[in-house]
Amino acid sequence: MKLDLRYPIGLLFSFFGLILTVYGIFSDKSIYQKSLGMDVNLWWGLVCLAFGLAMLSYAVRASERK
Amino acid sequence: MERIHLGAIDYTLLIIYFAFVLGIGWGLRRFVKSSEDFFLSGRSIPAWIAGLAFISANLGAQEVIGMGASGAKYGMMTSHFYWVGAIPAMVFVGVFMMPFYYGSRARSVPEYLKLRFDEKTRGFNAITFAIMTTFSSGISMYALAKLLELVLGWNFNTSVLLSGVIVLAYIFLGGLTSAIYNEVLQFFLIVMGFLPLVLLGLKDVGGWHGLSERLATVATNQGFAASAYSTSWRHLDSAAANPMGVEWFGMVMGLGFVLSFGYWCTDFLVVQRAMAADSMTAARRTPLLAAFPKMVFPFLVILPGMLAIAQHVAHGGFLPLEKDGTPNYNLAVPVMLGHYLPSGVLGLGLTALMASFMSGMAGNVTAFNTVWTYDIYQSYIKPGQSDAHYLRMGHKATVVGIILSVLAAYATTRFNNIMDMLQLVFAFVNAPLFATFLLGMFWKRTTGHAAFSGLLTGTAAAALHHGLTLPHGAVAGIKGGFLGAVVHTYPSEMAQNFWSAIFAWTACFVATIVISLATRRNKSDEELKGLVYSLTPRQKDGDMPWFKRPAILGVIVLALALVLNIIFW
Repeated sequence: MKLDLRYPIGLLFSFFGLILTVYGIFSDKSIYQKSLGMDVNLWWGLVCLAFGLAMLSYAVRASERK
Repeated sequence: MERIHLGAIDYTLLIIYFAFVLGIGWGLRRFVKSSEDFFLSGRSIPAWIAGLAFISANLGAQEVIGMGASGAKYGMMTSHFYWVGAIPAMVFVGVFMMPFYYGSRARSVPEYLKLRFDEKTRGFNAITFAIMTTFSSGISMYALAKLLELVLGWNFNTSVLLSGVIVLAYIFLGGLTSAIYNEVLQFFLIVMGFLPLVLLGLKDVGGWHGLSERLATVATNQGFAASAYSTSWRHLDSAAANPMGVEWFGMVMGLGFVLSFGYWCTDFLVVQRAMAADSMTAARRTPLLAAFPKMVFPFLVILPGMLAIAQHVAHGGFLPLEKDGTPNYNLAVPVMLGHYLPSGVLGLGLTALMASFMSGMAGNVTAFNTVWTYDIYQSYIKPGQSDAHYLRMGHKATVVGIILSVLAAYATTRFNNIMDMLQLVFAFVNAPLFATFLLGMFWKRTTGHAAFSGLLTGTAAAALHHGLTLPHGAVAGIKGGFLGAVVHTYPSEMAQNFWSAIFAWTACFVATIVISLATRRNKSDEELKGLVYSLTPRQKDGDMPWFKRPAILGVIVLALALVLNIIFW
């Protein structure tokens, strides 16, 4: 059995990214005083999501090539 | 000190993470029996992921908390741990050491010592290794307890007990298999959790330029030149001119050569990751590829500490104070997380911290359990018992390991920077061991008696030096001076550690050579094949494309490290 590390990495970060992005959209904006007024949950959530999805697609493409 | 307040979203991320790693660990436990299985089955994964696993293996509390703490206590000089220490050592491992490790039949440090030297050398190493693992897991346990103190507002005693219970539960829930996933995931978690912190912190102070200006206040307040906290080499001409209190020789010899090479060459937990590669060349390439991300790690782990001390000096009370009035540098990174990150991303950052603490503790307690049960108990105390007997002993050893870790966690409270304590342990254990390895691998004349007495002499030299010196402002005890007289006072704990390491290494090196010449060889050339450099077939790299040749990759890595040293000179 072959275990491709890219699946768990991709899954975890897609999921985390999704949660953070949604939370960033709906959260009370006053909590972002800490982060110098930036909605870091939204932006960093999108970064995590993009990273997670990239990992997943990389893993899927690698397994198709086999 | 601000307490860190977590929202529901932060707990959600934390719970998802641990459910995720424990869940896949549990679901796949039938397929994955050991870390070796895992990495062997992963032979088809790209080499860069193997490289990440290699650096993730040492990415525990020591690195994320200790490097931040050192950044706050010693400033930019902390980068020497990477650009003078780890990087050249990783190149050395990849180019010179890996052929033996991969080629020898040994699968652990004690095993190599037994094959190369004799039984008593292995026994001595097993005991010092067991002590080292309890200190390492104690340091992680201290870090976890401090974090719980900061988040839940409980006192240290309760927090440390809770940490012990959490680790015990984690190991029995299958933390062993989970730890393997944890290890690779935590690299990405730390990058993704810390990057927003560094970016926000830098933005707040006005970039590197603004940070240097603030650090100038930190430096001049203590009577150093303005750039003492923001440069790496400029003030190394005299020990009195920089916050670490060490001059260039102590730095290059103590940290660069003895401690770093000692750590990266003899730490099998890390080296094993590379040994599981599919071929000798891939194994040699792993540490070299790992060196690239390792080089930029200072920006992720040291910068938060430097930002924290700048804030602490600008607005007093940013970091909590210790009983002796010095800031608790260990809390630099957690306090920064609480200060800049709002609920949500905060959960991500804390998950990264928790993940590294848990895997650090689980890994070390498990290693303690294995070494105690098989290398000490089965070999010397009670051989020839049933498997069930040793299994029961293993369970007991896990509990004892956790109790010892709790004690070590209390010892850690005496240090305002856990990196100071970690390097102290390394100076006693890794520094003499590195001399033994170096001679064992490159000089076939080295004998078993010499290796054993050399290790003993080296460890005694470390104890003698530590016992006769003290860091500035410390009282006799775990920080040294326990032999009654104090011959020398060092400006900092780290300077004392570097010199302990230099003494330990030199004593072991000289003693091993002298005794080797006085004793007869106990292993023939035939027995030492694959264990000694001159008796191992050379690697031929000529038919590989240039970018895959270890030597060329090594030169590129060293050139980049040199550039970084010059930029932050």
